[in-house]
Amino acid sequence: MEKLSNGANLKRQMMLDSLFRLTTRVFAFLVLALLVGILISLVIGAMPSIRHFGWGFLTSTEWDPVSENYGAVVPIFGTLVTSFIALLIGVPVSFGIAIFLTEICPPLLKRPLGIAVELLAGIPSIIYGMWGLFVFAPLFGDHVQPWIMENLGEWPLVGFLFQGAPMGIGIFTAGLILAIMVIPFIASVMRDVFEVVPPMLKESAYGLGGTTWEVIRNVVLPYTKTGVIGGIMLGLGRALGETMAVTFVIGNSTNLSTSLFDAGNSIASALANEFAEATGEFHMAALIELGLILFFITFVVLSCSKLLLLQLKKQEGRNS
Amino acid sequence: MTEQAIKLKVKDLNFYYGNFLALKKVNLDIPAGKVTAFIGPSGCGKSTLLRTFNRMFELYPGMRAEGEILLDNQNILTKSVDVNMLRASVGMVFQKPTPFPMSIYDNITFGVKLYENLSRSEMDDRVEWALRKAALWNEVKDKLKQSGNSLSGGQQQRLCIARGVATRPEVLLLDEPTSALDPISTAHIEELIHELKQDYTIAIVTHNMQQAARVSDYTAYMYLGELMEFGATDDIFTAPRRKETEDYITGKFG
Repeated sequence: MEKLSNGANLKRQMMLDSLFRLTTRVFAFLVLALLVGILISLVIGAMPSIRHFGWGFLTSTEWDPVSENYGAVVPIFGTLVTSFIALLIGVPVSFGIAIFLTEICPPLLKRPLGIAVELLAGIPSIIYGMWGLFVFAPLFGDHVQPWIMENLGEWPLVGFLFQGAPMGIGIFTAGLILAIMVIPFIASVMRDVFEVVPPMLKESAYGLGGTTWEVIRNVVLPYTKTGVIGGIMLGLGRALGETMAVTFVIGNSTNLSTSLFDAGNSIASALANEFAEATGEFHMAALIELGLILFFITFVVLSCSKLLLLQLKKQEGRNS
Repeated sequence: MTEQAIKLKVKDLNFYYGNFLALKKVNLDIPAGKVTAFIGPSGCGKSTLLRTFNRMFELYPGMRAEGEILLDNQNILTKSVDVNMLRASVGMVFQKPTPFPMSIYDNITFGVKLYENLSRSEMDDRVEWALRKAALWNEVKDKLKQSGNSLSGGQQQRLCIARGVATRPEVLLLDEPTSALDPISTAHIEELIHELKQDYTIAIVTHNMQQAARVSDYTAYMYLGELMEFGATDDIFTAPRRKETEDYITGKFG
């Protein structure tokens, strides 16, 4: 039994082990500390603006650096609407890509297409921004926008969304560029989760005479809903915080407009544009408060998705 | 057995996985209203053969079948036969229970809804009928709204059988249906096979020799992609014509 009771060796090992555990604990808590630290510094930085404008900051559409009067409605509106457009376009397209890659694609095309999607995810956002401003916006403004305005601009209920001057840039274009940027993320997550559906489960659905769509709609999607929602949230997170590409194409206007073709502003692009020249008493604080709001929005979105998933899990246990 | 009605007639069937010939010139008559068992060592092609009966192999690229499979004298391998309609009339149950991620009720109605337009009460009747057929009704009648995943393994497999019969297929393919189940659940399923053969033609793949002897009327012994011997189960198990078959069923080989 000498080996078991070798005191010095045992002590050394125990010490190393507890050191290792301590280190991992420190790393884990570092994340928490960073999160709290960033939150606190944002609040402190935004304090002058919070004190001065109060809740009015959230309801005012003013953004006037000259008279030092700031309100967050325009950038919040821009952030939410561009992200919404991005998901509206991006989710169905990603879904189609993922389904094609997992269910329908001939094996010869599978790898090249899959790699192309992943490469799309790797393109730096500034390149999307440049492409959007110099290539896409002029084409869109010259050829597509006039047509949409002519045909949809007069419609009741939705017509107001498609008015203004066909400049190419604006909220809609920003949403479209964001859609292209989030597609590879959502598509590759969806593809990965569709691929883990047990072949036997799919075969049993096909075995009952289901078509590809029926099998996907009734078996694959319910089976993978957690992953699918996770993928959409990942895309939404990216869309909400995307700065460079949006700044290029959104137009950076501080006026509120109901038309999607008008220039607007998002929180992230307002910050990027104005930080360098924020000199006034409240300008910097107002920008930091915007950052705080963005932080809050992403937090709420993530929490909502977690809650939604929890709800879905409960439902599955009870009825559907 | 010539005087019996033939449900499935396999003629000169060759099957390829890419370039690999997995079934070699298989010729076989599966009689209607009987249980036909397929036995043989792993990789002999019995599951492959079963999966040609509903063209399940078509889901995967590189697999193809040559020859003819006649279901009620119609060749199901031709493109003019709609594969979804075929699968609706040839049900299949797999090695492991595969309940869909939905309620017990919806599991049963999934296949029915695809091809029939039933009223709510007709659907309720159909669900009860299918679950009774699968000897599951008494256990689940009070929890039809619960998830299919909440059942035990044996119940899940019976749910899959209920799902398979709910569409009123003509042929039921069972691919090692009890390989993941405990002995009691296995006994349940075997009793069920006895019940079901009155209404359906059943083809079952099994690794369990006793099971084949217990449940089937006819037995096919396969080896390396070839059909070695086919005949009444009693004959195969008591007086096999070929030495290989005898070696396999007596456990000398396999």
